This record gives sequence, structure tokens and C-alpha cells, in this order.
Amino acid sequence: MARVLITIPATAKRNAIIEIRALIQHPMETGYRRSSEGAMLARDLIRRFSCKFEESGSSKNDIIFSAKLFAAVAANPYLAFHTIASASGVFVFTWEGDNGFVQTERAVLTVT
Amino acid sequence: MKSRRTFLVGNAGTVACLLIRPTSLFAQNDDSLAAAVRAYANGAPTREGRVKLDIAPLVDNGNSVAIDVMVESPMTAADHVVGIAVFNEKNPQREVAEFTLGPRAGRARVASRIRLATTQKLVAVAKLSDGSCWTHTVEVLVTLAACIEG
Repeated sequence: MARVLITIPATAKRNAIIEIRALIQHPMETGYRRSSEGAMLARDLIRRFSCKFEESGSSKNDIIFSAKLFAAVAANPYLAFHTIASASGVFVFTWEGDNGFVQTERAVLTVT
Repeated sequence: MKSRRTFLVGNAGTVACLLIRPTSLFAQNDDSLAAAVRAYANGAPTREGRVKLDIAPLVDNGNSVAIDVMVESPMTAADHVVGIAVFNEKNPQREVAEFTLGPRAGRARVASRIRLATTQKLVAVAKLSDGSCWTHTVEVLVTLAACIEG
């Protein structure tokens, strides 16, 4: 499992705009580079990222933010975006990529 | 013996070729960049303004460059930003990243870190809920490129 760093405030006032930052450890190998022996290094990218919000006590399951990533995204992809803290719930982060890479992480937000 | 004059005349063509070639190369990259932006806009006309791509004008290391894209938008159900995309001019692929914002985004602002192969132009495109597309073009000077030293 790749290491993941997610930064969200633990609590927020209702309807405040909060920033979400997500970082994942991944080489993001472009497929355009050669190794020191001269062989092409196989492409290994994270292609998609999504952040969903599951409202607690409700079946609401909205996608807040999603991204398509290409070779020009730096290694250990970092993404920062915003959302409205309308209710308490859980953010579900998913990264998908080459070679069957899938990772899901969760972060809890409490709205006061 | 070859005089200085004949030497200069004889080589003028070669020099001219060297001078012209790079510009035609730029034109080609410019076209593919414009084509990539058009493909993302999906037929909608693009205009300058409303979106701001924040990036350091002088980049020391192209392997990891912080970018921050902000769009002026009230982010209401009637008027919000649907998507933000970033394109480059001279990396092997024109696309950098495409972001899709949901109705709960609250603020149309996205930050990330990207790679830059060389000194080039970057374009940020914002797609709004009314279908209009807005762009911001930035020139970036890169001293240490990604892909080569990386």
C-alpha cells in the first residue's frame, strides 16, 4: 500500500468552505524515460483520482472532486481542492492507475 | 581557394535553415496546444479571463512545480465551474491534468504539482456551467528540466 497523507480540518462550522489536501506516494513513471542501462522504463501512472462525500445518517454519496492525471503530474501526486462543509460525514478518496493500482482512504469531518 | 565572400554566400542558406527551423517547430507545438484546448472546450469558443493560473515564472527544477488555478465564480447551482484543465506546450503530451468539480465544491480553486520538460507556455482552461470556456496563458522559464535530468 502506498503511503497517503490527507489533510482536512477535523471539525468545521456548518456551510464553511474547507480545503482538502491529498498526497500519495507514487513514482508516476512517465514512460518517456530510460534507465541507466538505456532500456525504456515502463509507464506507471495514477490515472484517476476521486473524492466522494458520504453524509452520515443519509444515503447521499456525492462526488466532490475528480481528476484525470497525465504523465506531466509530478511524482507523489498532490491535489488540493475545496468543499462546503454542509454536514458531518466521511470523505472517501480513491486513486486508480496502471498495473491495477487502486487505493482508497477515508477521512472523517464533524460539522459543528 | 575559397574567398571569404563565397564562403559566406554558400553558407547563408544553411544558416537561414537553422534560423527558420526552430520557429516552424514552435508553430507546430502551438497548433497542437491550441488543438488540445479546443478538444477540451468541445466546440465552445474560449476567451481570456476569469481564470488565473498561478505558477512561479522562473522554475529551478522542472520535476516538481507547484501550480494553483483559481476561477472567479460565485459557485452557485446556476453559475458554477464544471471543470478545470491545464495544458502545456512542449512536454511529450499536451495534457497535464483535468479536474472535474462537483456542485458541492464551494470554491473553484485547485492546486497540484507538475513536471515541465523545458521553458514553455502553459494554459489553464475553465469550463463553466453555462458552457463558456475561459483561459489563462502563462510563460514559464525552466532552468532544470524534468525527463532529462530526472
